Amino acid sequence: MSGLSITGDNFAINIAEPLVFGFLGVLALLLAGTIAALILPRAQPGKWTDLGPRMRSWWVMALLLGAALVAGWQATAILFAFISFLALKEFLTLAPTRKEDRLIVLLAYLSVVVNYGLIFAEALFDDSYQIYLVFLPVYGFLISAAAMAWIGRTEGYLPTVGIIHWGMVVCVYNIGYIAFLMRVPDAEAPAGGAGLVFFLLFITQLNDVAQYCWGKAFGRTKITPNVSPNKTWEGAIGGWLTAAAVFYWLAPYFTPLTPTHAAIMGIVVPMAGFFGDITMSAIKRDLGVKDTSRLIPGHGGVLDRLDSLTFAAPVYFHLLAYFAIERF
Amino acid sequence: MLQTIRRYGLMLVVRPVARLLFGLDTIGGEKLPKSGPAIVAANHNSHVDTIVLLCLFPSKLLPKLRPVAAADHFDKGGFGSWFSRNIIGIIPIKRGGASRTEDVLLGAKQALERGEILVVFPEGSRGEPEEMTRFKTGVARLVEAYPQTTVTPVYLQGAGRSLPKDAKLLVPFNTTAVVGDPLTWSGSHHGFVDELREKIEALKAQAPPMRWK
Repeated sequence: MSGLSITGDNFAINIAEPLVFGFLGVLALLLAGTIAALILPRAQPGKWTDLGPRMRSWWVMALLLGAALVAGWQATAILFAFISFLALKEFLTLAPTRKEDRLIVLLAYLSVVVNYGLIFAEALFDDSYQIYLVFLPVYGFLISAAAMAWIGRTEGYLPTVGIIHWGMVVCVYNIGYIAFLMRVPDAEAPAGGAGLVFFLLFITQLNDVAQYCWGKAFGRTKITPNVSPNKTWEGAIGGWLTAAAVFYWLAPYFTPLTPTHAAIMGIVVPMAGFFGDITMSAIKRDLGVKDTSRLIPGHGGVLDRLDSLTFAAPVYFHLLAYFAIERF
Repeated sequence: MLQTIRRYGLMLVVRPVARLLFGLDTIGGEKLPKSGPAIVAANHNSHVDTIVLLCLFPSKLLPKLRPVAAADHFDKGGFGSWFSRNIIGIIPIKRGGASRTEDVLLGAKQALERGEILVVFPEGSRGEPEEMTRFKTGVARLVEAYPQTTVTPVYLQGAGRSLPKDAKLLVPFNTTAVVGDPLTWSGSHHGFVDELREKIEALKAQAPPMRWK
């Protein structure tokens, strides 16, 4: 495998060739965006005020992710554990909970440690992946429901038990799959696990951007007027086809998929991203907020940035594992 | 030396940890006073409130920031007193039972004379989580004595859920601080604190809805 190798006395960094090109592509986009953020506000004063902070945040996010992917699966798992915690905290801050639920909320945060700990716990279990699969959907479900019954306030029990489990699955379990992808053996993917993660993040973000651009250019017919009034059929389909085509085109460089499987995933993964996006919009509408927090200047909260990934990540992981990855 | 440790402690430890645990979302942060003498007044539900408020200011203002805190709680002597006075930078104030001849506000007045920024909780106590009680008139008496002082109202939301009064368990939730336009002396003690209270109550509308029963 050719690519970029940096070797020192007691360290070695290898970045597979497709990933080198991927990073360079992202760098080019960031530079283009930064130049736009410098020029546009001067050309049309008052119109692009958000672009500067937005680009600065993109730089921070890209550098953090890029550094974690190069550093390896441990760093990526720790980074995404923090991301999951921040997302879950945003969700449980906005969603209704009860005074008696403070301990349950603390247990929900603890699930972040266990969920991501399982990625590290290969030595502890025969195959910690099997435990990861059932930990939050099954045991998280049972433990949170039983613990809340044990605490004993019955008023509002059912909505709250649903909220807690929903938050754990969406913010922790689904996002954790991104980190678990890093454990795909290098031999099983042309650019290793890091290439698979990069490809997922790239396609999901591309889908968002392409939807926005197609919508701006041709958008007419509203697709979900009550949930996300800016989304149109033209934008959604244009973005979907763009992301599917790019997925199919780049799949041989990042994934071990056959052309048929790449076509299927190219169609399904962006669609999952779209549904993740409108699901998070529906939740924000229900809670009466526009953004889930103000943590990321120009973007809103962690969950605002993560919305499509909360659905795309588990679907991408499962289909890859089903079609092509021996390890999972 | 101590000031340098405090400043870097805030910058490198307290603020990042507070941001991780409490989010520290801020609306209208540019309205906070940039120099003293000034007063920042907020509703009070949790010890975390003080941390949230101190983190809203740039670190270089830390030497000037003086939270006014109950002497019966934070100035009981020993290490606790030393820590509260020198590390947090509190000005202790006697609650209730103070003799008529003693000016309980003396410490706060001296701080304003030195050009410092007082952080006060006019409710005087943390009370029930996420509920506002009556305001004490101390803040009005301070502005009356120093009419050039502005009082900036701040509405704090969420810290009472992370660490309510008497709770032993700290649970991370995001907090929101909404800063309003500064008030000046209006000529009446009760009129002033009522206006302050109304301003803080009105700032609540800008914070995200909080459903916690």
